[in-house]
Amino acid sequence: MQTYDLEANGLRGLNSALQELNGSSNKTAWEIVNPKGSHAIAVGLNSPVEVTVKGSTGYYCAGMNQQATVKVEGSVGPGVAENMMSGTVIVDGDASQYAGATGQGGLLVIKGNASSRCGISMKGIDIVVHGNIGHMCAFMGQAGNLVVLGDAGDALGDSCYEARFFVRGSVKSLGADCIEKEMRPEHIEILKDLLARAGADAKPEEFKRYGSARQLYNFDVDNAQAY
Amino acid sequence: MCGIVGLFLKDKSLEPKLGDMLTDMLITMTDRGPDSAGIAIYGADTAGRTKVTVQSDSPDEAFDGLDGVLAEALSGDVSIRVIDTHAVLDLPAGKEEAARSALAELRPGMRIMSAGDSIEIYKEVGLPEKVAERFDVRGMSGSHGIGHTRMATESAVTTEGAHPFSTGSDQCLVHNGSLSNHNALRRRLKREGVRIESQNDTEVGAAYLTWKMQNGSTLGEALEGTLEDLDGFFNFVVGTKDGFGVVRDPIACKPAVMAETDQYVAFGSEYRALVNLPGIEDAKVWEPEPATVYFWNH
Repeated sequence: MQTYDLEANGLRGLNSALQELNGSSNKTAWEIVNPKGSHAIAVGLNSPVEVTVKGSTGYYCAGMNQQATVKVEGSVGPGVAENMMSGTVIVDGDASQYAGATGQGGLLVIKGNASSRCGISMKGIDIVVHGNIGHMCAFMGQAGNLVVLGDAGDALGDSCYEARFFVRGSVKSLGADCIEKEMRPEHIEILKDLLARAGADAKPEEFKRYGSARQLYNFDVDNAQAY
Repeated sequence: MCGIVGLFLKDKSLEPKLGDMLTDMLITMTDRGPDSAGIAIYGADTAGRTKVTVQSDSPDEAFDGLDGVLAEALSGDVSIRVIDTHAVLDLPAGKEEAARSALAELRPGMRIMSAGDSIEIYKEVGLPEKVAERFDVRGMSGSHGIGHTRMATESAVTTEGAHPFSTGSDQCLVHNGSLSNHNALRRRLKREGVRIESQNDTEVGAAYLTWKMQNGSTLGEALEGTLEDLDGFFNFVVGTKDGFGVVRDPIACKPAVMAETDQYVAFGSEYRALVNLPGIEDAKVWEPEPATVYFWNH
């Protein structure tokens, strides 16, 4: 286990050390102390290392992650795991705005609440939030799964494409073109797997599924004359 | 971007440290707003006296003998405490309006930063660290305070455009965001007789709250009103003589984080502004909800 004191040694040294671990080193477990809300901790990682942040972070923690597992023992500021490609990011506390935005793969687990715009423009990432989420979550969501054990705020899935949303609690309102959908056996399977991987104590049957009505983004040939 | 900090103390034993804590919070927010900085601090008040904080770009001239001439104009006892470009005038209570007119005549270039029983506002152009040093904010004590680091978007980088803004007795407001209907609202409020001195959007927000409270609203009701009547992006943190309030617009795209313990309530644009507060590890820390008013009173 490597321990890195962020306050004493600075951010640039941390991120370059972590980014250089391209599978050739055995220094695969790292602990970051004194994060004190700093920005851009453990960003751009591209090897299967395990990083534990002992405290809360600021903007963009674990952004652009590939392969790495980043665990934050605290809360995170805006943009956690933004544009994640693969790997796992686990947040013990709450997440601020746009958690997992534009994520293309991997798993983001938030054990507390996430605020507005969680999963905005998600493109393949899986996000599991144990608490509640705020407004405009998964706006323009294209692919991937957003699982919420608590409640969702206003305009869930506004203008979404093919991302799936599973919410156990209430949904304050659905965004444009987002509708409740039938929960079929394959969705139960997807959800079962995600809940297990996220360490979430919930039954897939307790959730409702939401997604695109596909009315907003399709080109309708019957309307061709109108264009 | 702009950075906001605020600290409302519940535990009186922390009062001597208010300025010190606020300065650390302010300096941490430098990279959100390096062009100017300001603080409003609510210190001890003296029964029967009012404080008026003034600012001048040529303080030597403006403050020289000011206490004497003002005492004469007000026919009352006036003392002055000069701190860099600012001075705090201590006057008999009830003389605020008279002092405003007298100052406009005696020292036309001078600006009034704040007036009230306990509020003092210090603000200038420059890096937050330098601004805090000039006024020795670290040495100040008080029951609550609010600070701002500015990245100008809606009006010029001047002392006049720096936050906090005070448009009513013992009131102040800092803002992160930008208001889009401030020109129309400024005209409306001016017609209602509210004093607005700059072209800054935030001053209109402050004046709006003053106007609401003058017309019988509580601080909480005035803050609720901003959600109806102000258009644009805003995180507002406001101070009154014994209160501290926070509101975010419904879209809530400007960052905000709050913390509460038995000893204090704190606000920061980012969590890192709060990391050195005592007991923050065990504080209740949360992101204020959009279109929701939060306030505390002593």
